Order: sequence, then structure tokens, then C-alpha cells
Amino acid sequence: MSASGATAPGGGDAGAHTLARFALSPARRRRDMLARGSILAATVIALVPLALIVYYLLRKGLSSWSVSFFTTDPTGNTFFGGSGIGGIKSAILGTIEIVALASAIAVPIGVCVAIWLVEYGRASWFAQTVRFFVDVLTGVPSIVFGLFVYIVLIVGTGSTYAGYKGSIALALLMLPIVIRSAEVVLVLVPSSLRESALALGAPRWRVIFSVVLPTAAPGMLTGVLLAVARAAGETAPLLFTAAATLNTTFDLGGFMNTLPVQIYKDVTSATTSVEHRAWGAALTLVLMVLLLNLIARLISRRSRLA
Amino acid sequence: MTPERTTPPQMTDLDPDSATDVERERTGAGDAGERAPGVRAGGRILGTSGEPSANGGADTERRTAMTVRLEQLRAFYGHSEQVKGIDLEFRANEVTAIIGPSGCGKSTMVRCINRMHEEIPGARAEGRVLLEDLDVYDPSVDVVAVRRAVGMVFQRPNPFPTMSIYDNVAAGPRLSSRRRGDLRAKVEAALRSAGLWDEVADRLDEPGAGLSGGQQQRLCIARSLAVDPEVILMDEPCSALDPVATLKIEELIEELKSRVTIVIVTHNMQQAARVADRTAFMLDGQLVEIGPTQEIFTKPRDPRTEEYVTGKFG
Repeated sequence: MSASGATAPGGGDAGAHTLARFALSPARRRRDMLARGSILAATVIALVPLALIVYYLLRKGLSSWSVSFFTTDPTGNTFFGGSGIGGIKSAILGTIEIVALASAIAVPIGVCVAIWLVEYGRASWFAQTVRFFVDVLTGVPSIVFGLFVYIVLIVGTGSTYAGYKGSIALALLMLPIVIRSAEVVLVLVPSSLRESALALGAPRWRVIFSVVLPTAAPGMLTGVLLAVARAAGETAPLLFTAAATLNTTFDLGGFMNTLPVQIYKDVTSATTSVEHRAWGAALTLVLMVLLLNLIARLISRRSRLA
Repeated sequence: MTPERTTPPQMTDLDPDSATDVERERTGAGDAGERAPGVRAGGRILGTSGEPSANGGADTERRTAMTVRLEQLRAFYGHSEQVKGIDLEFRANEVTAIIGPSGCGKSTMVRCINRMHEEIPGARAEGRVLLEDLDVYDPSVDVVAVRRAVGMVFQRPNPFPTMSIYDNVAAGPRLSSRRRGDLRAKVEAALRSAGLWDEVADRLDEPGAGLSGGQQQRLCIARSLAVDPEVILMDEPCSALDPVATLKIEELIEELKSRVTIVIVTHNMQQAARVADRTAFMLDGQLVEIGPTQEIFTKPRDPRTEEYVTGKFG
């Protein structure tokens, strides 16, 4: 009907006319090229800083890497240059310890909050309020968490810096990330699975532990690892909560060194060799975070919900 | 029930004088007999141990399925009423099909029977749902126990994705924390009943999600059989399956009705005609009519039923 209407004014061969109707016009082809080109250009521009960062990190950081860089503390003499300035062992171990404690605090609480939100709170006003405040918490600058812990646990108690106080600041930072990522994954678990488990006569807590959590576990782990990676790179919450030492310590109750703070202090140093150590530490930190991200990726690829 | 109804008349014939006594006894026996399954139901569901021998000889046979009765059942989503006062009986060891156009409240009504309806936020039900003579909406009733007695098979096959074939079937007994007994034997029995054993016996450890759609649905049926329910609700169990798989499920339904009462919601009228002893037609949240399947499809009493089954609407 429309075909006959369209062919009538053109006359001639109906088949040829149809082909012409479907032909790509030069103007449209140009517009298509332009659009594709600009999108590609935007992508390349976004990649430039990333590539530069990686380039500088590798160029400046790799040269300061050595075995002793990873096995000594930054306690050396900074006046006589050379390798005597010491490495970043205490910073690496401190970061691992502080972040591990922060995860031990934030992950169980965050997962429980997410379970409550998805399985029990659902659309109730309290659940909505919790969601709103979790979102607000996500947007809070990290230095505010540090300040909060400083005011409450250091000024408030009249005590001084400690590793665990840094952990608490980082845990506060991680909490909203863990909650939100776990909630998203839990919502993805098909409600038909919950229903069929409930219909088998399973109590709700068993449905959550035996069906919902195992199904969501890989995705939740991805979110947790991303939160850990984020926390590992934070300087601000640690500046005035944990770090004020150079020695390796396993006492979370005492002062503790961390990679981000080490970098911060080294970069502001006047000595070139110390500044150089900051590049090495930065490269180490980036690789640690990258490793976590890779693990998270691998796990999420194996996830059944991804 | 049938033997009790046939014997007394002979006795009255033999001894006319004691007719009233016998009659009374008969009624008494009849009452007891009728109450017995209910008491048993109450025992199971309220968690008090029922004494099987107290119910007499009837229970020496395999426990029979339960009759389900709906009395003025109304179901709501928020303020919208989806089921508007239904009285209906699903007889023990029968297959009852529910037909009706989309959105007429079939699924909602069925989900009220094992109290799954209330799992949806904002949903609630009114009226009574009786398993024998126990109201599942009675405040003293444990909802978890109701769902053990009334199993459910859903529209889409939904085996637990993290579990193997074996674990999927074992999930029922495990999740419901009942006495395990011989779990392996239970799983095998359930898989055999679902007609799946021969196909999966050599790969019980493989993931349940790896089976074909029809096999997955039979796995879900096995899963619900493993908790030994008295009633099985099927909510369009074949709508996601091909004709061959559908046929297998239908054969299975025929076999299962010796053990359980089956309620099947279906969009497919041929299916209702093939599997159901009785068929109920619903429209707009109300029961239009219920009767023997043959009658519903050949000489329905209500003109709306006739229009629906002859394909004039829906």
C-alpha cells in the first residue's frame, strides 16, 4: 500500500526505486563520520592523562625500586643521599594492617545493612531514610571522616594518633560503598529464587543464608574489593588519625605509617632522593590497587549475576 | 470415606431395630472419619505430634492428600482488590485447573493457598483457606509449616543456580530444617517421582541450571516433592516449555495425583482439558463456575464461560 504510493510519483522500475529509497545519502554519511570521529576523540582525550600518569609513575618510580626499597623502613639519614634513606616497608605493612582492620569493621556491618535494606526494610520509610543517608555518606569528602575521628577519638579522648583510629576513619569511608554495592547485587538476585525457597517451607533467615547470599556472593565480593581499593589509596583520613611514625609496627594501638601518608610526606620533602622515594611508593600503591581491581574483575566475571 | 458410607445400610438391613443406633454410630464414625484428616493436618501444622493410630485403620494406608477449601477469599495489592470473595473446593487427590484471562486473579488466588501472596509488599488476604479443617490464616498457624504442606511450582523453572542437581532437591528438607532421615533416599525418591532420575542419576553433582528447560521444571517439581507436601500448586508450569517437555509434565501431573492434591493455573485450555478432573473459570477476581472439566468445555452453565472456552475473548 505505502510501497505502491511511493513508487507512483517516481514511475519507472519499482525494484530500482526501492533500492534508491534505502540508499545512504552522502550528507548522512558525513554526519555519521563526524559523530563517530568526535566520540572517538573524546575517548582518546580521556585516556591521555591516564597514560601520562602511568608513564611518569613507571619512569620515575621504577628507578627507585630495589630489594632494600621494600625491606627497609624510611628511617635512614636523609642528608647524605644515596640508598641510605631507607625504603617503604613500614608504609606497605601499615597500609595492609590499617585497611584490613577497616575492612573487618566495614564489611560485616555494610553487608548486614544491605541485607536488611533488601530483605526486610524494602520500601519502608526507615529503609528509605537509611538509603538517603548512605547516599549522603558516599558524597562526604574523605577528609571529613578523618576530621570526625580526630575530633571524637583524639581530641575527644585527649589521646593521640593510633593505627586503629585510622582504620575507623577508613571504615566510615568504606561503609557506604560496601552497603550500596552489596545492595545492588542483592536486588539482582531473582525474587523467584527467594519465592521458591520460601515456598519449600524455609524460614526467611535460611532463605537468605542458603540461597540469596551464595547467589550474590561473587558480586558482593567485587564491591567489597573496590571499597578496599578505594580506602587503600586515601591519605586525608589517615593524616591526623594514624600516621606519625617511620618504623614498622604491628601494634594498631600505636602510631602507624601508611603508603599514602608516606608519599605525602616524601613529596613535600626538600631532598631529591626522598622525593624520588615518593614515586616508588606511589607506583607500589597504584599496583596494589590495580591488583585488587583485577581480582574484583576476575571474580565478577565468574559471577552468575554479572 | 467410601467404605464407611457403604457398610451401614447393610447393617440396618440386617437389624432394623437398632437402625437408629447404627445410624448414630455411623454418623459418629463419619464425623470422626471426616475430622481425622483435619486433626492430622492440625497436628502437622501446629507442630503438635499427631498420633496416627488414634485415627484408626484409615491411616495405615499411605497418608492421602488434603482437600483445600477457600471461603470468601479476598486478596489485595494495596487498595486494589484482585480476588473478590471466592468460595471454592479443591478435592483431595484431584487435579483442578484454573482458567481465565490474564489478570483475572488466578495466580493471586493460588498464591493465597500457601500464603505466598503476603510476601509481596503491600499485599494481604482476607477470608479463610482451609486445609481439611485447619485455617492457614489462623494467627496460631506457622506460615513455614503451611508451605511445607502446600508445595509450589512456578511459571519459570527456577532451580537454585548455586546448587547441584542433588542439592537442589535436597534443599527442601535441608532448608526447612526437618528431620533429615535418609536424605539421599529422599532425593532419589523425589527425582524418580518427577520422572527425572534416569536422566540425571549419573550427574547429580552437576549444576541444576545446566539442565534443559523441561528438565529444570521437573527438577523444581522434584524439589517440592522432597518435602512431602499434601498439596502442590502449579502456576502455569508449562508456559515456558516446549510441547514435548509440556507433555512430560502433564504425564507427571497424572501420576502425582495419587499422592497429592494438585491445583494448576493454566492459560492453555487444551492443557486444562488434558490434565484436570475439574476446571474452574475465573473472571475479574471472581469464580464464574467450576465443574467437571468435560462439562466446562462442552456444556458450561454460564455464557461467559462458553465465550471464553470457545475463544470469543481472553
